[in-house]
Amino acid sequence: MKHRVELKNSQREIYYFRLRLVLSIGFVLLLLFLLLTRFVYLQVIKHSHYQTLAENNRISVVPIVPNRGLILDRNGVILAHNYSGYTLEIVPSKVTDMEATIDQLAQLVDIQIKDRKRFKKLLLESHNFESLPIRNRLSDEEVARFAAQSYRFPGVEIKARLFREYPYNEQTSHLIGYIGRINDSDIQQLEDDETVGNYRGSDYIGKTGIEQSYESELHGTTGIEQMEVDAGGRGVRVISRTPPVSGNTLVLTLDAKLQEIAWQAFGNYRGALVAIDPTNGEVLAFISKPGYDPNLFIDGIDEDSWNELNNSPDVPLNNRALRGQYPLGSTIKPFMALAGLYYGKRSPSYAISDPGYFTLPGSSHHYRDWKKGGHGMVDMFKSIVVSCDTYYYGLAVELGIDNMYNFLSQFGFGKPTGIDLEGETSGLMPSQDWKMKHYKQKWYAGDTVSAGIGQGYDLTTPMQLAFATAVLANDGVGYRPHLVRQVQRSGSKDTTIPEVKPEFTINLNPEHVALVKSAMVAVTQPGGTAAMAGAGAAYAFAGKTGTAQVVGIKQGAKYDASQLSERNRDHAWFIAFAPADKPKIAIAVLVENGGHGGTVAAPIARKMMDYYLLGKVPATAPSSIKAQSGVAAAQTSAASAVEDEHD
Amino acid sequence: MIKQPLWPRLKRRLILHLDPILMLALGLLLITGLVVLFSATDGNWGRVMAQVANILVALVCMWLVANIPLHYLMRTALPIYVFGMVLLIGVALFGEVSHGARRWLNIGVATIQPSELMKIAVPLMMAWYFEKNEATLTLKNYFIAALLLLLPVALIARQPDLGTAVLISASGFYVLFLAGLSWRIMGGMFVAAAASAPFLWSMLHDYQKHRIMMLLDPSQDALGKGYHTIQGMIAVGSGGVLGKGYLNGTQTHLDFLPERTTDFIFAVYSEEFGLLGNLILLGMFVFVIGRGFIITANASTYFTRLMAGSITLTFFTYAFVNMGMVSGILPVVGVPLPLISYGGTSMATLLLGFGMLMSIHTHKTLVQT
Repeated sequence: MKHRVELKNSQREIYYFRLRLVLSIGFVLLLLFLLLTRFVYLQVIKHSHYQTLAENNRISVVPIVPNRGLILDRNGVILAHNYSGYTLEIVPSKVTDMEATIDQLAQLVDIQIKDRKRFKKLLLESHNFESLPIRNRLSDEEVARFAAQSYRFPGVEIKARLFREYPYNEQTSHLIGYIGRINDSDIQQLEDDETVGNYRGSDYIGKTGIEQSYESELHGTTGIEQMEVDAGGRGVRVISRTPPVSGNTLVLTLDAKLQEIAWQAFGNYRGALVAIDPTNGEVLAFISKPGYDPNLFIDGIDEDSWNELNNSPDVPLNNRALRGQYPLGSTIKPFMALAGLYYGKRSPSYAISDPGYFTLPGSSHHYRDWKKGGHGMVDMFKSIVVSCDTYYYGLAVELGIDNMYNFLSQFGFGKPTGIDLEGETSGLMPSQDWKMKHYKQKWYAGDTVSAGIGQGYDLTTPMQLAFATAVLANDGVGYRPHLVRQVQRSGSKDTTIPEVKPEFTINLNPEHVALVKSAMVAVTQPGGTAAMAGAGAAYAFAGKTGTAQVVGIKQGAKYDASQLSERNRDHAWFIAFAPADKPKIAIAVLVENGGHGGTVAAPIARKMMDYYLLGKVPATAPSSIKAQSGVAAAQTSAASAVEDEHD
Repeated sequence: MIKQPLWPRLKRRLILHLDPILMLALGLLLITGLVVLFSATDGNWGRVMAQVANILVALVCMWLVANIPLHYLMRTALPIYVFGMVLLIGVALFGEVSHGARRWLNIGVATIQPSELMKIAVPLMMAWYFEKNEATLTLKNYFIAALLLLLPVALIARQPDLGTAVLISASGFYVLFLAGLSWRIMGGMFVAAAASAPFLWSMLHDYQKHRIMMLLDPSQDALGKGYHTIQGMIAVGSGGVLGKGYLNGTQTHLDFLPERTTDFIFAVYSEEFGLLGNLILLGMFVFVIGRGFIITANASTYFTRLMAGSITLTFFTYAFVNMGMVSGILPVVGVPLPLISYGGTSMATLLLGFGMLMSIHTHKTLVQT
């Protein structure tokens, strides 16, 4: 071996190679012998054992589906639960004439056209050997009637099953979401997560909302029953049983009563609302209106109901609180004021004289204030109280868009808040870079002017604005908003409480914050833009109105709500927190086409504060909201300053 | 000179580079495969015909390769290997994720699985490398050859595709072994492997750990991965000595057996044909492997010896790992039963390998006569 380099000895090499080859053959024979031994062990020695398992009494491994976990509000009020009931199910592969079978069944139990349509849709989506429900929630009488005739219907069975129900129906639909039948893409997902084994026998999986994002907590662990079955597949004897473990109970941070009050307070308006406890990020109320009936989706929605929901101009399936993106409007002003103070562009006492419009140097274009003729002398405090647009036009130009971007992004604008729901949109906080990337255009000074009052490219979601308000209320300390307060392990007293710790702290001067907060309190007092809503509040009620435009108003034209069709009217914003000195709740309310924030949005926040802080339940029906809207038109803060096209 | 009639000439040309003995052995296995597939699919002619199409395509590949003279074959080693590595790196960077693993590369018109190509490319490359350095083999050469093996294996194991990684490791190791890697180093490698086992364990994906744990106690996850093993063992065991008879396997036809047309097709066979059938099947495999060894022993060059030996031993490894996995002595790693399991890609790769064996055998004899 050592001197092989010098001389290639072919003979010797072949000898060595053949030696190795013989060893390989030995290796192959050894492993073949091992296999053979195994076969003999399985097929001769243990044959009778496996034959018992397979031939005479086949062992069937039957999954036992666990009960899905409950969802409760923070006080234990049930938001999602299960109840047992009977369903009539058909295995399509065992039925020869489906139409005839269903017709015959309809004589025994009530099967409506809706049920047939739903069943047809299920048929298309499922495999032939799956048992599919034609009717749910059968009455005892129907069960008895079918049971007597069941011999006529091979492949049709009555099954006892647990049904999911959402008692708060549409009020919590966008928050709780719903479960639905497992489809192919769900299976794909489960296979990717290596959890598909745990879903053997399960028919349902969380599709949206909490039901989706906490699926792994709610589902539970599937049990196994090893059962001997005879040749006909009927169970003979249970060999072993591993009981299922029910899903965990979720205790939400939500206050169901607060949610209900907020829902009622919206009256007939569409919109969204999020309320957060600023001291820990707990979401107290979460509304997107209109909602939908989540119970419809559980067993596959019928076509008519689906079309109705999907084609409604009110888009009830859109989660406005989480995914709806609207301009900030004047709610940006408290944050802008802080930015002005932070960068030293404004002192608290610096005042401007407001002629009712703003012009850029060298331009004749008028950026109008919402109030014709202006507000006179305006300092920072007053600029928030009366929502002076002119003040913020000038401030924005002096700050520059990139400073605005840097400062406001700290409050979470332009990025998802990270709440424990899927599908959150990120909103938009514009910057020079952003415009270059998306429009291949440079940033114009005019862009900055309108950005100063939240009517530029900026977009936010109600969720995001509520979060920013909570961070402001909590003096710049941000807690990640979350919906689950504790997870109760089923069958034990164990609970897991997700850790709550500050996520970030914004470097803010306490004096600056105090100034802005005091101005926001004055907003709800006489002279402020939300004075009506604040009247008689027994606590320091801080707020800010805002308006998000739906259509642009031409230069020189006047916004007149009565002349616009309802869906083109402005959206109303209101952000609020209370008590101002030690905030316990922060709210962002959006009322679509509501016009002015102080008139329609602020009273909703007020009712919630009254309940949450004082325990006051509103006595009257919320129709009063509509009645008020004509009265306070004088306080309109419609920041109607969109540039016209020839600017 | 009188021209011979066309057909006999064509016939001669067609079979010139095919080895009749090997063809017979392969044919028996392929027919057995179709027969079992018919039962495994509950008599689905569509699937059987699809597999016939797979086989025909693979046979054409085999014929083409068998007709390539060896020096051309050798020349392809480096380009194929480099091409395969580029694709593997492409998969690692831009591959498509399916079932939690990144194995497929979308090249616009189709998605391909480069790890399959490496089953041929790696031993080819290593054998070529040894041939090139045959006159001056030193320890360094073995080291470099090992690197040629480990790089693709590491990439494939990362995807993760444990089954293919194991098979390629085996094929590369056979080349090293046949090339005369010293016993001392192999001993050292074994010790090193044993010592690094805990480290490797921590590198494995959860599902791979899961599968290995499952081997030790399949009942742990009786609804998930353990289900495969349990049902496979019941099928094999209940088959007994003579089997339940063709189309009469209860495990198969009552839907108890998972993946019964692919990785677990041996359970179908074993249930219906019993121990006797297993012996016959093993006999057919031994037939193929035996012929492979004979071709290896008679191969004329260093390269062809290494290549033929590696192809033969890898084929055996395929069969052993699959049958071991179904009968519960090896973890479920996702290796099909060669020439029997349903699937076009592995069929093509396998017959390509046999094409090389035939090329090695027939071109050699041409030179000698």
